[in-house]
Amino acid sequence: MTGKALQLKNSVLRQPWRLWFTQIRSIVALETRRNLFSWRSWWVYFLAFAPTAIIMLHGLFDRGRGRMDEDTMVMAAIFQFYYLRLGIFFGAVGIFTSLIRGEMVERSLHYYLLAPVRREVLLVGKFLAGTIRAVTLFGSAVLVCFLGMYLPYGSAGQQFIFDGPGKAQLYAYLGITILACLGYGALFLLFSMLMKNPTPAALVLMGFEFISSILPPFIQNFSVSANLRHLLPVAVPAEGIFTLLTVTTEPVPAWLAVLGVLLLTAAVLVISCRRIRTLEISYTTE
Amino acid sequence: MSDHIVFNEVSKFYGEVLGVNRVSLELPPGITSLVGPNGSGKTTLMNLMTGLIQPTRGTLNVMGLNPRDAYEFFRAVGYCTQFDSFPKAITGWEFVYDGLRLHGMSHKQAADLTVEALTRVNLGEAAHRKVAGYSKGMRQKVRLAQAIAHHPSVLVLDEPLNGLDPMARAESLALFHELGKQGMHVVISSHVLEEVDRISDRVVLMTGGYVIAVGNIHQVRQEVREKPMQILVRCARPELLASKIFEMDHCVEAKLHADGAGVFVRTRDVDQFYTVINKIVSEGTVKIEAISPADDDANAIYQYLIGSDGGTA
Repeated sequence: MTGKALQLKNSVLRQPWRLWFTQIRSIVALETRRNLFSWRSWWVYFLAFAPTAIIMLHGLFDRGRGRMDEDTMVMAAIFQFYYLRLGIFFGAVGIFTSLIRGEMVERSLHYYLLAPVRREVLLVGKFLAGTIRAVTLFGSAVLVCFLGMYLPYGSAGQQFIFDGPGKAQLYAYLGITILACLGYGALFLLFSMLMKNPTPAALVLMGFEFISSILPPFIQNFSVSANLRHLLPVAVPAEGIFTLLTVTTEPVPAWLAVLGVLLLTAAVLVISCRRIRTLEISYTTE
Repeated sequence: MSDHIVFNEVSKFYGEVLGVNRVSLELPPGITSLVGPNGSGKTTLMNLMTGLIQPTRGTLNVMGLNPRDAYEFFRAVGYCTQFDSFPKAITGWEFVYDGLRLHGMSHKQAADLTVEALTRVNLGEAAHRKVAGYSKGMRQKVRLAQAIAHHPSVLVLDEPLNGLDPMARAESLALFHELGKQGMHVVISSHVLEEVDRISDRVVLMTGGYVIAVGNIHQVRQEVREKPMQILVRCARPELLASKIFEMDHCVEAKLHADGAGVFVRTRDVDQFYTVINKIVSEGTVKIEAISPADDDANAIYQYLIGSDGGTA
């Protein structure tokens, strides 16, 4: 091992990792207790569970009249066009922009900044708490949607979920949900620290995500949805403008797509960590 | 390691607005009061001291510690801000306890210190009520409890007596006095000198972002009194008044107003000046229409000072 590498290794080992881990755990516990269920976020719950209600009604009223292969397409379309493009996207706007900017608006961020916690540790703790919240909401909504779609088929539905292709599809949907929450979450957390009103930036990002599939492959690496598109378990035929959401220019292996989102998330978090180091409390300008 | 709080030529600008300018201070342990009118830069100085904002120019350190080293710094420093806001739906107990857990303490350690801090500020009985239902004084107390809960060696208190009833004020002052006697740094801001002068070891007088006097209360009072103050006297015969003013030892300048209907007077002893003016009015030699301070900052500071000992010059 070279001298510089050894120096770096020693420097990494000298850091108080145990303390940071304890502090991150405290921040996650505290944030989760305060924010996991809050009436102020009713619209995020609505975003998450609106399709669930429709699928439940479909299960109740069309019992025995539907076809499972048709419903598989419906589930895929709901996930791809609604959850991935709208629900998780705007849910992440609500959840992750409130982590830092929301506390500045409510004038309570200074309590964290006056605690003996490195600001980077605070940021990571808050990001993890936001991710847990987003994944809990949207993961359970997707799970309930999936079960609500197939369980009305009785034993055939159960066999599809537990012994057939349904299990892999469910895991893929849940995995994509987690990755989408991580990717969008990191971006919106950064936006909220760079600007007072992150909504215009979110709309620009939405436009970018919408057209990302027709952009050059290098630029697609910076799109959460372009990476996640390669992981979708069911291809949905689309017409007109919706083909923009389904077109896959170059097939990418699943591991590479997952790595792409994780690297994007990590890179954005590093920028956020640099930003929070110089963040100043000036509530009067909020 | 130094046990002083040191500001070295520290300036802070919010865009083009001045927060504080070229502040150089060295504060030893004990009770220090930052006194000055609203907008004089007290809160900016405290926010700089605790790293909530960064200086535009200059350097500062608190007992050799830098706020960027958050773990060491905030174990040693407690800051009770004047932001009257709390995380939503939180109880007083949770508010103090949550802060301690962020120190990396175990549940038992944090719970014991929470009880101790809340008892110290007399909030034990209301501990499990929501902070949103507290009175202003109780909210002030619970913020104080959070600032002292981890036994810091530097306690920074921004207007800590606001909203407290007389009994609670007396209790708080006694607590600050006790902490100061234990060798802690206690830095208190107030816009009323009378509130804090009895317990202060030293006073830092601020106005318009500048430190204008530092020392014990007697030194500061003297320092301010020696600064000439400008007063505008509106009268019918300003040249006659100016000639009388030149006879006064404490008046260093008398200048006619541009409209010819008044005199700007600069005096080192405003009390004596008012006494002489009263005499001139009673004699009837000059008809005085109005007297007003032409130097608001100095007047404001003077008002604080005369409030502290009855105004004898």
